Amino acid sequence: MNGFFDLPSDLQHSYLGLVGLHLREALLPVLAGLLVSLPIAQLCVRFRWIYPPVLGITTVLYAIPSLAFFVVLIDYFGQSETTVMIPLALYSLVVLVPAIVDGVRSVPPETLAAAQAMGLGPVRRYFQVQLPIAVPAIVAGLRVAAVSSISLVSVGMLIGNQGALGNMLWNAQTYHRPALAVNSVLTIAVLGILVDAALVVVRLLLTPWMPRKGAAR
Amino acid sequence: MIRIDGVTKRYPDGTVAVDRLSLEIPDRAITVLVGPSGCGKTTTLRMINRMVEPTEGSILLDGRDIRQQPVNTLRRSMGYVIQNAGLFQHRTILDNIATVPRLLGWTKQKARARAAELMERVGLDTALAKRYPYQLSGGQQQRVGVARALAADPPVLLMDEPFSAVDPVVRKGLQDELLRIQDELGKTIVFVTHDIDEAIKLGTKVAVLRTGGRLAQFAPPAELLSAPADSFVEDFLGADRGIRRLSFFPSRELELQTEPIVAIDAGADRLASRATAPYLLVTDLDGRPLGWSEPDRLTAGAVEPDRLLDFGRPFVPGTDSLRTALDGAVLSPTGWAVAVDGEGRAVGVVSQQVIGEAIRAAHGRVAEQADVGAGR
Repeated sequence: MNGFFDLPSDLQHSYLGLVGLHLREALLPVLAGLLVSLPIAQLCVRFRWIYPPVLGITTVLYAIPSLAFFVVLIDYFGQSETTVMIPLALYSLVVLVPAIVDGVRSVPPETLAAAQAMGLGPVRRYFQVQLPIAVPAIVAGLRVAAVSSISLVSVGMLIGNQGALGNMLWNAQTYHRPALAVNSVLTIAVLGILVDAALVVVRLLLTPWMPRKGAAR
Repeated sequence: MIRIDGVTKRYPDGTVAVDRLSLEIPDRAITVLVGPSGCGKTTTLRMINRMVEPTEGSILLDGRDIRQQPVNTLRRSMGYVIQNAGLFQHRTILDNIATVPRLLGWTKQKARARAAELMERVGLDTALAKRYPYQLSGGQQQRVGVARALAADPPVLLMDEPFSAVDPVVRKGLQDELLRIQDELGKTIVFVTHDIDEAIKLGTKVAVLRTGGRLAQFAPPAELLSAPADSFVEDFLGADRGIRRLSFFPSRELELQTEPIVAIDAGADRLASRATAPYLLVTDLDGRPLGWSEPDRLTAGAVEPDRLLDFGRPFVPGTDSLRTALDGAVLSPTGWAVAVDGEGRAVGVVSQQVIGEAIRAAHGRVAEQADVGAGR
């Protein structure tokens, strides 16, 4: 029983089980990051002066090594998935906040003026005009955040079996099975590419109104 | 009626955009606000739908202060057209036009039916309904902008330099279309432009504003051209206001001559009978003008159309103004203008001299009316 996709039992998952776990640990933080970024970005658009400090804070958060987060978070959440996902969510902010801010700011001023003049209040303007028009920029941010999160999940192995596919790297060493490491790296790369492609499809579905390259007018 | 009453807009940094402006904007007519950049015309327009709040003064709509109703209710009762159209790029043409009806709670079906009706009204092919704005030309987008403003049939239409960003040919088409729609719908339109020609063409009344947001003159376009209030207005109107003013003098009463018109197949005796005229206008067999000739250069049965003199641009008496008639006369080397009917058949000719007399007569009438108007 030493096939390419046969995993040592201490990983506690089948290959596909690890893939599912990996996606959950990578993408839930990005989703959480998106939910946090939306109001933060809106504040940055509304009050221009808070944008530079917010950018500074997200950059500093991104610069903190995940190990440092783990040391603190283990006290509260133990050696759990949550401990791995919280830093990942914080890391995603450095990409998502500027992406949303740029997207919302890309709405042409005359479009906003027209919306206001037609009697759309601030809430309607945000949900019916600014947010839909920001979708391409937001999805572009999500693509970077998702792919980087997929590769970062692996560090979870440092706190004991919380790195999903990354745990295979540890096993490769312990059991002298380099194939496990190759499998881990390849699978993570493929997941990254597939998730990225899926987000491109989502964007195409959400934005039928965007000029298509090469399409006839 | 919209009444702007002593309105001032002063910004926190001390800039005065509009300075004690008072205007009575007549119902069911186009009132144009025109002036150089920084004259506060857009600010004034935006105060009418409260996108800008005045520092002093008030604006009344049908006698009621506009601040007495909820701001979004006010805005939904006023159509708004903006430069570059400001369409929602993420919505189809149909849904763009249906925006305000949907806000007012119409069903999707009813709002879209109304939107389709408006597309036809503004001269858009309904095949474009499911397209997105990026698939339309600038002129078409602007038409969508007008349709969107008209969607909920608001009594008031605010237009902020709506045609400035399109090329001159398209702009002329849009202006003509607006005048046609206005003939049918009779909205109260406030129209902002920096283009004095556009102001004169579209305006029932024109308010000329000067830098600093002060009113220089508020008058019908013909009066603006004949009696500019001061040198600012005069400069703003440009060098050829005398010629442009002729646009407001009808050509209906010009005395046309028909004797100098001969058909290309005219016989020798007919040509001889007209030989006293300085020039003869030769027409084709349907009566359409071909060109001018001196009588002694014409030989019966041997008229060569390409050797005739240019007849300039003909005018249609009653429809065209004295400006068009004079233009036709000046364009032709003979100094005579050709009058044609709707089908382009020559109905008469008139000399520069006669047009000049008509201009003098028209001036006289305007002066008389001004005297009567002033109670003298």
